[in-house]
Amino acid sequence: MLLLNNIHVFYGAIHALKGISFEVNKGEIVTLIGSNGAGKSTCLKTISGLLRPKEGALSFKDDDLTVVDAPQIVARGISHVPEGRRIFANMSVSENLDLGAYLRKDKEGIKEDREEIFTLFPRLKERRRQLAGTLSGGEQQMLAMGRALMSKPELLLLDEPSMGLAPILVKQIFEIIKEINSSGTTILLVEQNARMALSIANRAYVLETGKIVLSGNAQELMATEEVRKAYLGG
Amino acid sequence: MGSVTDFVIQQLINGISLGSIYALIALGYTMVYGIIQLINFAHGDIMMVGAYTGWFCTTVLKLAFLPSLMIAMVLSATLGMIIERIAYKPLRKASRLAALITAIGMSFFLEYGGILVLTPQTRTFPAVFPQTVYNPIGEITFKYGDIVIILTTVILMSLLQFTVKYTRVGKAMRAVSFDKEAASLMGINVNNTISVTFAIGSSLAAAAGVLIGVYFNTINPLMGIMPGLKAFVAAVLGGIGIIPGAMLGGLAMGLIESFVSGIGFSTWRDAAAFFILIIVLIVKPTGLLGKNIREKV
Amino acid sequence: MSNMKMSKLEIFNRKNVIMLFLLLLVYGIVQLLFQNQILNKFYMMTFILVCIYIILAVSQNLITGFTGQLAIGHAGFMAIGAYMSALVTVKLDGSLIAGLIFGSIVAAFAGILIGIPTLRLKGDYLAIATLGLGEIVRIIFLNTDYLGGATGFQVPKVINWTWAFWLMVISVVVIKNFINSSHGRACIAVRENEIAAEAMGINTTKYKVMAFAIGALFAGLAGAIYANYMYVILPGTFSFLKSFEILVMVVLGGLGSITGCIIGAGLMTLVSAFLANYPEMRMVIIAVLLILLMIYRPNGLLGNKEFKFDFLNPKKKGEENGTA
Repeated sequence: MLLLNNIHVFYGAIHALKGISFEVNKGEIVTLIGSNGAGKSTCLKTISGLLRPKEGALSFKDDDLTVVDAPQIVARGISHVPEGRRIFANMSVSENLDLGAYLRKDKEGIKEDREEIFTLFPRLKERRRQLAGTLSGGEQQMLAMGRALMSKPELLLLDEPSMGLAPILVKQIFEIIKEINSSGTTILLVEQNARMALSIANRAYVLETGKIVLSGNAQELMATEEVRKAYLGG
Repeated sequence: MGSVTDFVIQQLINGISLGSIYALIALGYTMVYGIIQLINFAHGDIMMVGAYTGWFCTTVLKLAFLPSLMIAMVLSATLGMIIERIAYKPLRKASRLAALITAIGMSFFLEYGGILVLTPQTRTFPAVFPQTVYNPIGEITFKYGDIVIILTTVILMSLLQFTVKYTRVGKAMRAVSFDKEAASLMGINVNNTISVTFAIGSSLAAAAGVLIGVYFNTINPLMGIMPGLKAFVAAVLGGIGIIPGAMLGGLAMGLIESFVSGIGFSTWRDAAAFFILIIVLIVKPTGLLGKNIREKV
Repeated sequence: MSNMKMSKLEIFNRKNVIMLFLLLLVYGIVQLLFQNQILNKFYMMTFILVCIYIILAVSQNLITGFTGQLAIGHAGFMAIGAYMSALVTVKLDGSLIAGLIFGSIVAAFAGILIGIPTLRLKGDYLAIATLGLGEIVRIIFLNTDYLGGATGFQVPKVINWTWAFWLMVISVVVIKNFINSSHGRACIAVRENEIAAEAMGINTTKYKVMAFAIGALFAGLAGAIYANYMYVILPGTFSFLKSFEILVMVVLGGLGSITGCIIGAGLMTLVSAFLANYPEMRMVIIAVLLILLMIYRPNGLLGNKEFKFDFLNPKKKGEENGTA
């Protein structure tokens, strides 16, 4: 479904991604794990069009994405929940959800999906008239995910959904990620919390300084010496 | 005591008329600032172009007020978008100061280009409206023009408020001004949204230009400089980037000016406006309606 | 910060001697040409204006380019310097030197007075507050009939090329040495990161006010020179458009570059002078050049680098960049 082949990305003179290749198949949860600065977020930004690869091929459902701008990539069915949530704090919860559906014209469908998101995240329903900036960290994460789902994506990119959240909330968020996946949305998940990520993923790729150093089945990776030492604390 | 009340009411009427014009110009400043953090110094000159368009429509084409106003607004909106695309868009990633200097350059270009094309000569607006002066009670008077100004401003501001609050493009504008990258992840075309913002701001300035023309009767190519600066001061006074702030700031500005002039200090009225701005900024650096945000490390 | 790499040698090193010689040469040539009437009064005025604008640009650069404070009130300080020096020379029958000193000092005091409350403001807020203060200064002079009010203040012309040129040289040298001192480095630290500078124990308010006061002092000096050269001073000369003009020169040449803003000031003044017969066309051309320059070189002609005189071929020197 999503295919990256030998992708190189630069930030000015910094070579952030040095020939990344991987794929995500329909219906999967794939996770990218790695330490800070390994290039995980850069990967997602490249897929969603915020960054342009200098070299390499990037395709989604056999369409070349390297020539498509970020707003059009949303239209093709990829939705990106960025690091730090980036919700519109000056707008209400329900306005945030409306913006998620910015490109959609089917009023009825939007209404239905909004209800669906409210059943997935009941807290958002309670707070739908509140300014998004007044939500707690966990609620903001839910809003960011709900907002992304409003575009009805086939592929959801999640960047560090557990960041800054209490363990109980992290668990809850990951349950919801599984639920989203089981209702048919393919997921590419970037996480520093490797244990959680590997526990729900089908497959995983390990990034180190802009390169993929390991890949494979999530359960198997979790068992390998390298991954346990480097990312699971022994 | 009656004369004091009369005086206050009279200055209120004058101040609200003048303040409405400032508010219309200030809105464009504040919207553009809100979305790309640029002080668009050419904004006052777009108002001038609007005034000339209105003059051309009413004098040469003999059109009525409303069609003239519309034509001026549409033309200036187009001009605003063109200016943004040519001069400001290439500098989106450059330093803010470079963009500011470009805006100053654009302002000079419109002012002196205006003199070259339109000649420095002052033009007189025809009497578009009856020159009726109403005298309801005592010494208080107001003109037909006062009603036109206030009515036009209220209608345009309501339209603007509705657009920003409830329409798709309005939501996109708010999203882009809050976080461009996140907005583009929603599928919002950031460049087009910025263009629309310039278009709306410029059309409001054009409306102000036409109103100045019909109210004060004369226009000239440099007419945008002072009202432009004062409208910008009004935007900062209310809290730059905040739409209700621009409305409030504009009205405050108009009232300050008319009261200072009214008590016989008309040569000091600009100084009074600047002085109040500075006091407000020192007490509340983000303006009357601004939120105090601490700079993050 | 490559521009800070200065070899600390004794005052009479080879470079300084050559520089002094070059300055004398530029001064002498212009003086000679003028005395032999090869240069007419109009050119003389242009050269003197170049000197005045260089002082204005270099002092604005100290505030904006080196200390990072976007203040747009330079015309106000220039006005204070102009009117206060004229007050001494005309109303009190003082000497020119007394006028120049008094004008500069009052401007510097105004700078401190204005700087302490307003320099807490950041970015565009500081810009509009200083712009407003500049306008207030202009309006005060406009309403002061004792100093001529709206009709202008007659001041005898006593400034000549010698005064203008050497005062400009002194101003540039003083500001340059300030920037290269430890105070100057503190100012640059404020520009680079105010919060970090504060954390390092730099009293940022003190350095901002210091830069602002020195900037105001030299703007006052420029105003004083202007007043005693122009026969008449009008409040309208010192409007915010003048402040814009000065800021434009600085950005044009390069923020944080002394040689850059000298080139900027020289270039702008010369272009204006040569197009003086087409006043509107002149402004349109300047505007277009400005927009194009900002689009293609947003950091100005020199960026924050200094023009290196070590490799300079003296034959190519023009009047406008003969210093620093």
